[in-house]
Amino acid sequence: MTRAIITVVGKDTVGIIAKVCTYLADNQINILDISQTIVQEFFNMMMIVDLTKSVKPFDQLNDELVKIGKDTGVQVKCQLEDIFDKMHRI
Amino acid sequence: MINLQEVIETNKMIEQENLDVRTITMGISLLDCADHDLNITCEKIYKKITTLACNLVQTGEDIAREFGIPIVNKRISITPISLVGSACCRIPGDYVQIAKTLDRAAKDVGVNILGGFSAIVSKGMTQSDELLIRSIPMALACTERICSSVNVGSTKTGINMDAVRLMGDIIRQTAEATQERDSVGCTKLVVLCNAPDDNPFMAGAFHGVSEADAIINVGVSGPGVVKYALEQIPDADFELLCETIKRTAFKITRVGQLVAQEASSRLGVPFGIIDLSLAPTPAIGDSVADILKCIGVEHPGAPGTTAALALLNDQVKKGGVMASSYVGGLSGAFIPVSEDQGMIDAVEAGALTIEKLEAMTCVCSVGLDMIAIPGDTPATTIAGIIADESAIGMVNQKTTAVRIIPVIGKTVGDTVEYGGLFGHAPIMPVNTFSSQRFVDRGGRIPAPIHSFKN
Repeated sequence: MTRAIITVVGKDTVGIIAKVCTYLADNQINILDISQTIVQEFFNMMMIVDLTKSVKPFDQLNDELVKIGKDTGVQVKCQLEDIFDKMHRI
Repeated sequence: MINLQEVIETNKMIEQENLDVRTITMGISLLDCADHDLNITCEKIYKKITTLACNLVQTGEDIAREFGIPIVNKRISITPISLVGSACCRIPGDYVQIAKTLDRAAKDVGVNILGGFSAIVSKGMTQSDELLIRSIPMALACTERICSSVNVGSTKTGINMDAVRLMGDIIRQTAEATQERDSVGCTKLVVLCNAPDDNPFMAGAFHGVSEADAIINVGVSGPGVVKYALEQIPDADFELLCETIKRTAFKITRVGQLVAQEASSRLGVPFGIIDLSLAPTPAIGDSVADILKCIGVEHPGAPGTTAALALLNDQVKKGGVMASSYVGGLSGAFIPVSEDQGMIDAVEAGALTIEKLEAMTCVCSVGLDMIAIPGDTPATTIAGIIADESAIGMVNQKTTAVRIIPVIGKTVGDTVEYGGLFGHAPIMPVNTFSSQRFVDRGGRIPAPIHSFKN
C-alpha cells in the first residue's frame, strides 16, 4: 500500500474538506484517517490516504491538489507518508 | 499512525526553519577510465559520468517532490583525478583538458558541482600529483562547476610540507587567475588533512579509492531547525540543551537516511553514507553562528565559543549516529564565514578573528572555511596557515581544511560578494609576521606518536 499524507493549511472557509474529499473519491483514493485542528486561527487538516488504486500518477495528483488549494485560498500539500514515519517513529 | 502534531512539526521544519537535504552526491570511480592517450581518457571519463549520473538530477527532483523535502544540490564526486590522469598527462595543460571534460560532463547531466579534481599527497607527491596541483589555477579559472582539493597530511603519515608550501603558491595563483571576479577560483579549492574518502560536501568531496564503483552519499543540514528547538528552551541547563540538540539531529538525519535509501534504490546505486553536518547558507535563519548565539555567546568569537561549538558538534554526531545505518564524511558543524550571515556579522562586529576560528576548528568537523583575506598576503603566510590547520587535524585525528581566498586588489575594510551559496565576506586581517623560514625548510613533519597503533 502506498500511503500519503495530505495537509491543508489556511484560513477556515466553507467546503474545504468537501472539495478535497470529492477530488479524492473521483480518483479512487481511499481516506484512512482524517484529523483537524485550529492553530492561531489557521485551519490545519491532515488526511492519511491510500494511493494504491489511484487512477492518476503521484505528480498529477499533487499538482491538481495544489490547484484546488490555490482556488480555495488554502495551502494543500501531498507527501508520501514515509518522511513523517522516518522522522517520528523508531 | 502518524498524528497531526507530528505532521505539522515536520512541515514547519521544512517551510519555516529551512530543513533541507543539502546534497545527494553520487560518487563515481574513474579508475577504469585511465588510458595512456589523453583524448581516450577524456572520452571514457565523459561517457562514464554521463552514463551513471544521467538520472541523478531527475531522481533528486522526484524524491523532493514526492516527500515534500527540498534537495538543494545534486552533485558528483570522482576518483582523485591525479590517479586517473597519471598515465596520459605530461604537462599541467593536459590536466586542464581533463578539467574541461569534467565540466562539460557536469553541465550535461545538470549537476551544479563536481568534486575530485584532487590529489592525495599526504606523504609524498608523484609527478602526476604535482602536475595536477600546478594545473589547478588554470583549471579553476576556465571551468564553472569543478571543485579541487589537495590532501597534504594525515595522522598516519604526518604532514607533507613540500605540498603545503606549494599550495601556498597555488592558492595565490588561483586567486590571480580569477582576480577579475574577486578571486572566485579559491572558493572552489580546499587543502585538507585527514580527508575522508566519502565526503559528499564541496569543495572537498572526492570518491576515494577505498570506495565501490559508484555510490550515493547524502549530506543533510538544518541549522535553522536546531536553532528553533533551542529558542524554545532559553534557560535550560546543559543537560537539557544537549538532549534537545541530539533529538533534533536525530530527526534531521532520519530524513537524510530516507532520501539516501530512496535515491539509492531508484538509481540502482548502493547507498554509501549519510553526512550529518550542520551546513549553513547565507539565508537568514540558516546559520550555525545563530545556534552558538542561542547557546549563549553574544557573537561567535566571544569567550565560550569553542566550548559551545564543541558540545554542538558532539551532540549532532550523537543524535545522527543513531538515526542512520552508515554515517561518514565530515559529520559535525561547519563554520564557514562567507556562507553564514551570523559569522559575517560577528566578523563585522569585531568579535571573530582568524585565530579564534582556528581554535574553533579544533572541535568541529572542518577547518578555516570561506575566509577572505587581503590580496597581498604572501604565499608563505598562506602555507603557514595551512601548516597550522594540518597540525590540528594530524594531532587530533580529525579532518581539517583550509579554504581561504586572498582577494587580489582588496584589503581589510573591503568586502567581496560571490552570491548564491557562497555568500559575501568582509576581508579579515591576517597576522603579518613572517612564516617564510618555517615553510621553506622542505620535507615532511613526521606522524605523531599516537598514530603508531600496530
